[in-house]
Amino acid sequence: MTATDKAPEKVDVDLVTLTIDGVQVSVPKDTLVIRAAEQVGVQIPRFCDHPLLDPVGACRQCLVDIPDAGNGRGFPKPQASCTLPVAEGMVVNTQATSEVADKAQQGVMEFLLINHPLDCPVCDKGGECPLQNQAMSNGRGESRFAESGGVKRTFPKPINISAQVLLDRERCVLCARCTRFSEQIAGDPFIALAERGALQQVAIYEREPYESYFSGNAIQICPVGALTSADYRFRSRPFDLVSTPSVAEHDACGAAIRVDHRRGKVMRRLAGNDAAVNEEWISDKDRFAFRYAQVEDRITYPQVREDGELRPASWPEAFAVAARGLREAGASAVLTGGRLTAEDAYAYAKFARVALQTNDVDFRARPHTGEEASFLAAQVALSGGVTYSDLEAAPVVVLLGLEPEDEAATIFLRLRKAAKRGRTQVVSVAPFTSRGLAKMKGRLVPAAPGAEVQAIESLKDAAHGVTKDAIVLVGERLAQTHGALSAAVALAASTGARLAWVPRRAGDRGAVEAGALPNLLPGGRPVTEAAARVDLAAAWGVATLPTKVGRDGNAIVAALAKGDLGGVVVGGVDPDDTSDPAAFRAALDAAGFVVSLELRETDVTRVADVVLPVAPVTDKAGTFVTWDARAREFDAVFSNPSSLPDLRVLAGIADELAGLGQGSPLGFRTVSDVRAEMQSLGPWDGARPALDAGKAPKPAKAPRKGETPFVLATWKQLVDLGSMQDGEAHLRATARTPVVRLSRASYESVFGMLDAATGDERATVTGDRGSITLPVVVADLPDGVVWVPARSTGRGVLAELASPGSAVTVKGATS
Amino acid sequence: MTDTLTPVLTDNWDAERAWTLAAYEERGGYAALDKAFAMTPDDVIDAVKESGLRGRGGAGFPTGMKWGFIPQDNPKPKYLVVNADESEPGTCKDIPLMMASPHTLVEGVILSSYAIRAHTAFIYVRGEVLHVIRRLQRAVQEAYLAGHLGTNIHGSGYDLDLIVHAGAGAYICGEETALLEGLEGRRGQPRLRPPFPAVAGLYASPTVINNVESIASVPSIIANGPSWFAQMGTEKSQGFGIFSLSGHVANPGQYEAPLGITLRQLIDLAGGMREGHELKFWTPGGSSTPLLTPEHLDVPLDFESVGAAGSMLGTRALQLFDETTCVVRAVLRWTEFYKHESCGKCTPCREGTWWLTQTLARLEKGQGSESDLDLLLDQCDNILGRSFCALGDGATSPISSSIQHFRDEYLAHLTHGGCPFDPVASTAFAPAGATA
Repeated sequence: MTATDKAPEKVDVDLVTLTIDGVQVSVPKDTLVIRAAEQVGVQIPRFCDHPLLDPVGACRQCLVDIPDAGNGRGFPKPQASCTLPVAEGMVVNTQATSEVADKAQQGVMEFLLINHPLDCPVCDKGGECPLQNQAMSNGRGESRFAESGGVKRTFPKPINISAQVLLDRERCVLCARCTRFSEQIAGDPFIALAERGALQQVAIYEREPYESYFSGNAIQICPVGALTSADYRFRSRPFDLVSTPSVAEHDACGAAIRVDHRRGKVMRRLAGNDAAVNEEWISDKDRFAFRYAQVEDRITYPQVREDGELRPASWPEAFAVAARGLREAGASAVLTGGRLTAEDAYAYAKFARVALQTNDVDFRARPHTGEEASFLAAQVALSGGVTYSDLEAAPVVVLLGLEPEDEAATIFLRLRKAAKRGRTQVVSVAPFTSRGLAKMKGRLVPAAPGAEVQAIESLKDAAHGVTKDAIVLVGERLAQTHGALSAAVALAASTGARLAWVPRRAGDRGAVEAGALPNLLPGGRPVTEAAARVDLAAAWGVATLPTKVGRDGNAIVAALAKGDLGGVVVGGVDPDDTSDPAAFRAALDAAGFVVSLELRETDVTRVADVVLPVAPVTDKAGTFVTWDARAREFDAVFSNPSSLPDLRVLAGIADELAGLGQGSPLGFRTVSDVRAEMQSLGPWDGARPALDAGKAPKPAKAPRKGETPFVLATWKQLVDLGSMQDGEAHLRATARTPVVRLSRASYESVFGMLDAATGDERATVTGDRGSITLPVVVADLPDGVVWVPARSTGRGVLAELASPGSAVTVKGATS
Repeated sequence: MTDTLTPVLTDNWDAERAWTLAAYEERGGYAALDKAFAMTPDDVIDAVKESGLRGRGGAGFPTGMKWGFIPQDNPKPKYLVVNADESEPGTCKDIPLMMASPHTLVEGVILSSYAIRAHTAFIYVRGEVLHVIRRLQRAVQEAYLAGHLGTNIHGSGYDLDLIVHAGAGAYICGEETALLEGLEGRRGQPRLRPPFPAVAGLYASPTVINNVESIASVPSIIANGPSWFAQMGTEKSQGFGIFSLSGHVANPGQYEAPLGITLRQLIDLAGGMREGHELKFWTPGGSSTPLLTPEHLDVPLDFESVGAAGSMLGTRALQLFDETTCVVRAVLRWTEFYKHESCGKCTPCREGTWWLTQTLARLEKGQGSESDLDLLLDQCDNILGRSFCALGDGATSPISSSIQHFRDEYLAHLTHGGCPFDPVASTAFAPAGATA
C-alpha cells in the first residue's frame, strides 16, 4: 500500500449514519446511541447516564434492541444505549418500536422501584424527579413486588454526607452520578459506594469528610430524591416555584444560574446550563449563598442622621440631605466595592465626574497599588479574547497570584477538565501546592510573597513551555508585589502568550470598563487623554471633565483622614476588605460627610450621615462582565418598586446637587437608560496608555530584634466569613478548616521535630495589627513563609493580623 | 474419546510433600522452561493455539487466541494475571491444585508470561483460602531462590516477577474486570468493556487473564507438544480437565479426564451415587450453569455437547443431588448466595436477586400461587442478558432450569403447604436408607 492510499479524506466532522426506530440520522462519530436517539426525538429513559460524566452503564434503564450493529449482525441481548457508540449502518430499535426494548426497560424500572420507598408525596424531588417521571412513562402501573408480598430494604432516615448534603439511602437508585461527579469533575472523591448488592450505599469515610466546594452539583444531578441539601430540604415543592435565569454574583466567572423563587422569596438556586461558561456546574457558594439579601439587618428605608442618631427619612428628603451634605463637605470622593453591576459602576463613575466633579473614584475595596491601576488601564480595559474554551485548548496555563478553586471556581473546573485530559499543563506561581493545584495536576513555581517577580521571569525558560499558545491568568492579588504585574506583562509580550486578568469579585471587570477608577473614564478612556475627555464630555453634555488623575482608594482614605477631602460616597464596601481597615474606619470618622449606599447594616452605615438602601441583584436588572470580557446580562427576579438600584439613588442625589448648583444631573433613571447610554458611548478607540509600574514602595520596617520574621501569604477561601455568605449556616459549615501553613523547616524551627508532632499543634501568628491562632499544617511553602486564610477567622487577616506580604512572627500556642 | 482418567495436573498430587520444589523438580518440573526459552515467544503462543487449549475458567475461550490479542506494539508493559479467585458454588479444582502442586501453576505462569512478553505476573487468590495462599507464596519464594523467577531466568535473559495477591472475599472478583479493579486496590466491580483487558487491562495496560487450570496446563503442552494435548478430548474441546464431583456421590473429589467424558463414567469412577440413592439433578459447571437431570447422564462433557443439552460446561463442577434433595430448597440456597454476592453495580442483578430470593422463599414455605412461577420466570427474563456482567445471568440459571425440569415439585410445595421433603434425609449424616 502506498502512502497516498492511506491518506484519509478531509472532512470536518466524521459523520456516522444509522437508523433509529426507522428514522435515518447522521451524527458525529463516537456519539452514544442514547444521544443519537435524542436527535430523532426519542427519549430513552436513563439514570446513570450524564453527558458530562464518563459512561458507566450501571442502571441498565436505557436498554435498546440492536438488530444490526452495523456489521450485519445484531446483538443477541438488549444493549445499554448509554455506553454504546454509534456505528455506520447500525439499526437501533428503542422502546418506541421494539417490544424487547420496551419490556427490558419496564423490567429494569420495576426492579428499581422494588426497594424504593415510593414516598413521592413527602419527597423534595417529587414533581421534578426523573425516577417519578420515567416510572410513569416507561414503567408498569402496578407493583408485582408488593402483590407478591415483597419486603423492601429500609435504612434509618437521612444521614449527613456533609453539613450541607443529606442522604436518604432508601431512595437511592445507585446510579453513581454523585460519586462520579465528585471524582471526575470536582476531584473530591470523598464519597463512594460501599457495601454490596441491595445494601450498597453512598458512603463517606469518617476520617476524610466530604469536603467539596462543588457538592451541590451532586445534589442537582441526583435523579431521585436521595441527595438533598440541608438548606432546601422540605422548603417547597417544585411546582410551586417560579424559575428565573440569572448570573451568579459571587465571582468573576459569570456562571449561569437558575433562581427558583416563591412569593417574592428565593428558595434555592440551581446551576444553569451554559456550555461556553460553566457547563452545568456551579460552586456551592454560587448555589447556596443567597440569603444575605434576606437577613435581619437588611436596610429597607432611607435614613438620615439627626442629633447623632439615624432616623427614617423619605427618599426625597434623603436625596436632599445627601446632596446638601456633600456640597457643604467640599471636595468629595467615591469608594465602591467590587460587587456592582456594570450599570451601577457606570453610575458611580459618572456621578464622581459629573456631580462631584472629581476623578477620586475607586472600586478596589482591597489592597491595591498605582501599578495595578496602570495595568488595568493599559492591559485590561477593552481587552478580551481569552475564553473558557481557550483554557481547555491551551497547552500551558500560567496562574499568577490566582487560586482558582477559591477565587474563580468555574475556571478551576475548566482547568481541571483540561488537565485531566492531559493536554493542558497548569503552572502556578504561588507559595505552596494547594489542593486545587494538585487536583489540576498543576506544577508549582514556588514564590514567597514579594518574590513573584523573579519567579515570573523564570517562566521564560523554555522548560516551562510558555509559548504563544499559552495563557497567563493574572489574579488581583499579584498587584500586591511591586513589579509583578509588569513582569507578567513582559512574560506575555516576550513569549506571545495571551494574558487575562481574573479578579475575585463579580463587579471588578465591569467597574474597569465603566471607569470606576481614578485614571480611567468609561469605555476605557484614559483620564490623561484630552481627546477622551472631550469625547466623553460631549456625550454627557457637560462642559468639562476633571483633568487630573484622581486619588485611588488608599489615597482617598489618607486624604479623608488628613482633611483634604471632606465628603465620601461609599457603595458596598466592607471596611475589613480594605488595605488598612483601621485607617478606613478612622477616615470615615474624620470625614465631614458620609453617604452610604448599602444593602445591610455595616460599619459604614453605622457612621454614615445618610444611609440609602439599594437593591440586591434579585431586585434589579444588570450586567456582570466576566474575566473573559463576557457581558452577562440578567433581569430582575422580583419586581420590587421600593428597591432601587444604586444608579437610581445616585441619579436622585445628582439631581439635588444640580439643584444646588453643583454639577449636572446624571441623565438616567433606569437600568435600561444606562445600558442605552453605555451602548451609545461605545469604547475608546484611541491608543492604550502604557503600563507604568511606578516607584517601588519603601521596604518594610525591619522586624524587632530577636524574632525570626515570616512573610505573610494569604488569600480568601471560597467559603469563609464573607458577608455575602451570611445567613447560610450549612454552607459555612462546609468551609475548610482554617489552618496556618508552614514549611517543614519552619515548622520544626517553631515546634521541634515534625515526627514528634501530636497533631494538636497550634500556631499564633502575630503581625502589626494583631494575632491569629490556628491549627498548624506543614506544606511545601518556601522556608520563612506563613500562610493563613484571609477571611476565615474573626474580622480577617487585614483587620486583625497584618497586610499581605508583610513580616509577622509565628509562635507555638498552647491549645 | 477415551474413557479412562488422564492424570496430568493431578499426577503428582500423591507425591510426598508434592507442594515442595524438590518434589516437583524430581518429577521433571521446570524442565519445560528451557524448552520454551529455546523457542520464540510467538512460537510458544502458536504451540498453545495448536494444542486447542480452551479457557478452563468456564467460558472456554481459546487460550492461545487470547494471548494473540495482546498488541505487542503497545509500549506499555504487559501483564499476566491468573484468576485464582475460585468461588463458584461447587467449583473445587483450582484450590486443590494450588494446594497440592503450586509449582505447576508457577511454571505455567513463567511460560505464559514469556509467551505474551510480560515481565510482571499476578496470581489473584481467593482470600479465604489462607493455607493455599501460604503454599503459593512459599512456592514463589522457592522458585525465586532456584532461579526460576527473577532476572535472567535460566540464563535466558528473560525477567519475570510474580506476585501473589489475596482477594478480600467477593465472588464478583472472579469476574475478570472486577478482579482487575480489586488488584488495583479498588472495589471489586466489573468494568465497562470495551476497552477489553487485552488492550487496557491492569493499570490500563495490555493484560491476559487466565484461569489457574488453563495456565497450569501450559507446562505439559510445552513439555509433551501440542499434538499430545490435542489428541485428548473431543474435536472442538481438546485436552484434559479436572472434574470435581461433589454431593451425593460415594467418593467425591477431583477426577482428571479428557473432555468429553460422561457423567455416567465419572460416577462409576467415583464409586457410584450415595448408597441406596439415585441421581435426581446435577450441575455440569457450578451453580451458574443450568441444572441437568439423569436423562443427561450420557451427554459428553465438552463445551459443545453440554451447550447443546441446554447448559454450559463451565468449571466442570459436578454437583450431584439425589432424590432426597428438594430442588426448591437447593435453588433458594444458591439464589441467596447470588443475592449476597451481587456487587450492586447494576439494577437487574442487585434488585432482581433481592426479589427472587423473597419469591423463592415464599414458595419453599408453600406460600403464593402457581402464577408465582411465571413471575419468577419473568423476573429471570428481566435479569438474563440485562445485567452488567454474567453474575446476574448465572443467578437465573438454577431457577429457570429447575422450573423447566421440576415444575411439579414447585407446585407440590403449594399443595403440600410447605416443603414435602425431609431436610435431614439429604444430609451427610442422614441415617442409611432414609428417604424423602
